[in-house]
Amino acid sequence: MGIELTVNGRASTVDCDPETPLLYVLRNDLELTGTRFGCGTGACGACTVVMDGAAVRSCDVPLSVAAGKRITTVEGLAEGEDLHPLQRAFIDEQAVQCGFCLSGILMSAKALLDATPHPSEADIRRALDGNLCRCGTHVRILRAVRAAASAR
Amino acid sequence: MSDTGTRRTDLPAGLRAYPRLDRWLAFHPDGTITVFTGKVEIGQGLHTAFAQIVADELDVDVGLVRVAPVDTAHSPDEGVTSGSRSIEEGGTTLRHVAAEARGALLDRAAARLHATRSELTVADGVIRSPSGASVSYRELASDDLLAREVTGDVPLKATVERRLIGTTVPRLDLAAKVTGAPVFVQDLRLPGMLHGRIARPPSYDAALRAVDGAALEAMPGVRAVVRDGSFLGVIAEREEQAIRALQRARRVASWDERTALPAADPRFLLNEASEELVVRERHHATALDRAAREVTAEYSRPYIAHAAIGPSCAVARLDDGRYTVWSHSQGVHQLRGDLRKVLGVGADAVRVIHMEGAGCYGHNGADDVALDAVLLARAVPGRPVRVQWMRDDEFAWEPYGPAMVVRLAARLDDHGDVVDWRHDGWSNGHGNRPSARSPENVAGVLAAAHLARPFAPSAPPPPRTGSSAAQRNAEPLYDFPNERVVNHHVARTPLRVSALRSLGAHANVFAIESFMDELATVSGSDPVEFRLRHLHETRGRAVIEAVRDRAGWRAGEKGDGRRGRGLGFARYKNAAAYVAVIAEVELDEAIRVTRVWAAVDTGMVVSRDGVVNQAEGGIVQAVSWALKEAVGYDEHRITTRGWAEYPILTFSETPEVEIALIDRPDEPPLGVGEAFAGPVAAAIANAVANAGGLRLRDMPFTRERVLEAMA
Repeated sequence: MGIELTVNGRASTVDCDPETPLLYVLRNDLELTGTRFGCGTGACGACTVVMDGAAVRSCDVPLSVAAGKRITTVEGLAEGEDLHPLQRAFIDEQAVQCGFCLSGILMSAKALLDATPHPSEADIRRALDGNLCRCGTHVRILRAVRAAASAR
Repeated sequence: MSDTGTRRTDLPAGLRAYPRLDRWLAFHPDGTITVFTGKVEIGQGLHTAFAQIVADELDVDVGLVRVAPVDTAHSPDEGVTSGSRSIEEGGTTLRHVAAEARGALLDRAAARLHATRSELTVADGVIRSPSGASVSYRELASDDLLAREVTGDVPLKATVERRLIGTTVPRLDLAAKVTGAPVFVQDLRLPGMLHGRIARPPSYDAALRAVDGAALEAMPGVRAVVRDGSFLGVIAEREEQAIRALQRARRVASWDERTALPAADPRFLLNEASEELVVRERHHATALDRAAREVTAEYSRPYIAHAAIGPSCAVARLDDGRYTVWSHSQGVHQLRGDLRKVLGVGADAVRVIHMEGAGCYGHNGADDVALDAVLLARAVPGRPVRVQWMRDDEFAWEPYGPAMVVRLAARLDDHGDVVDWRHDGWSNGHGNRPSARSPENVAGVLAAAHLARPFAPSAPPPPRTGSSAAQRNAEPLYDFPNERVVNHHVARTPLRVSALRSLGAHANVFAIESFMDELATVSGSDPVEFRLRHLHETRGRAVIEAVRDRAGWRAGEKGDGRRGRGLGFARYKNAAAYVAVIAEVELDEAIRVTRVWAAVDTGMVVSRDGVVNQAEGGIVQAVSWALKEAVGYDEHRITTRGWAEYPILTFSETPEVEIALIDRPDEPPLGVGEAFAGPVAAAIANAVANAGGLRLRDMPFTRERVLEAMA
């Protein structure tokens, strides 16, 4: 008996334990590996996806809770060939070092901009405080999110 | 580096070891070019810089250049990618290779176009003669073109001829990374792949007494339980099943614990047996006669974790006695060496293929998890096994940057000039990578010590050169007439340690640059002026002056009790990039770094934005180390198991950063990634002292430390 899941506008049926964290279903069943494991305890933000408009840590969301919700992962951010303004801004600002934390940061920023199209500096920083970056790319990540916000 | 003809003996070491051009470069019929390098991408944008170097020297579009993944099957062994040496070593090698390839193409074109070489011009991979006839690289490059050795006679492009070096080429890996494409080893998916997890001992030397393997094997999805001495791993069909089996294994296994850890203060090192290594000694008797007063101070840093955001991961598969391993190791050849030792197999039985992992700042768990994956793959031949460490494994088992204590003593004359300088540092060694030691020692791969027939781990060796390990940047760059710099090498390593970004330079520069500020205060001097007074090195002076001007430093400026600014300076390794930093802090009970100005001289700039990006990252990470980071432990166990116990700098705490780049296109390129750790730490401590007179000498500068110092 499968569980129905809608990710990036596409419905799929997944056959596994309903307590399985959404993260592993995304990565291993749907092969959407852009959402990444960082800590498994919701503390680093590497696995952030947008669920019904809110940024959530997919390592902390059981499949049973995700079922029936609208889920967007980093792979669903662009529309076809058209990159999302956040993705374009991150390229323009070269806002990456290793990029491992990047998917989660993009998704936290997306949730912020969808809810608050004209965020203040404090809004941006607060929205990203649940996302850790170890390479120290913070300065240009902030610049990229600001740029994406003002481009809207 | 000479731009006009390099003799063979001057060639980079990589080219002397692998002189054939086709080891490094290949032209393809579709016009694309592949670069083979031994230096791996670890999140620093290195392969983009390599493509840029090759495209510039060859005169082709950078979009045509691909850098092949590093693979023991075909990549040159250029040693471990570390120490901010990749552009200097790997990049310089590739410039020579590309220049020679271009020369070979010009020779062929000259024959084809009936012209002399000097008459030919090259643009965008097309060679033209004065008559207007042309031929492209594609037409000229056949398989035998590069089937020859480097001559060393082909001149590299002169500075004025460069088109790409010194500009910013957008990162080649960025489009894939912003769209979430599978680029990391963590993302590798192979047909039939299983998932493994390792149930580590609860403390370093704990021995596995008993575990109910049958109970674990009966769990849903579990395919095998691997036990070898105190090494315990589980393999399952699905990742979450492997994790559940791991959680159960942790509950049901019983261990004999015997680890005794030292006091949680780096000063335990002072009571350990140590070997005294004199790094530098300089005597000037008449200067010493002027000594009027002595100042002493003691500084420390704790154990610091690499703490990559993505825990270490590897995939391994055993087919017909041969292992293939996908790994984010910094040295695939070195890792292969250690895997072979543990497995007891021949050279062709192990192949290691590099894939990117999360950002790497030194020797982390990448090599360890590769052995874990191999040991599990051995139990399920033909099936690839993916092992990823859990977050707590990563924190508890990665090799940390060693704790250090530095004692400084200086004597000043009546003018406040330093006439005598003494530096005593206490530290473990800082390098314990695969293949760093004797054939028997495989300390670089963790699980080797846990097997039923264990390979005893040995401690990192004492430094071999003045700039290695704990001795890195122990020698001040200033001109002091009398000096004695001593490293007290502590061999016993109660906590697992190895290379962390900047090695001993972090603590040494923190101590030296903090102490210079303390001496400036004692002698009633401005800290910028005090440093310049003791420094004759032109490029060093230039970065200090540049950051002073950029930040608008006013001679003798003082903080207002709440806000302050401070300076830190170093030339990394006394041989790489020069950096000077001014930090601004806000102080109430906790310290907030609000702004950082930096001036950096990396010689020839290859990628302008690459340098700025590395500089910004180095600064922000250094702020995090200085303010927040220390590995925690009690008498027996590491207690740092997650981000709650090991907070790092957040977005809200990130300072504004401003970089002034001094490009010296005629000087060799110098590494920059690690150069900021010490200068930033000192600049913060100096800014705190400047704000309110509080002198912090022990990192990290947490709220508790500030309150302690205020009391």
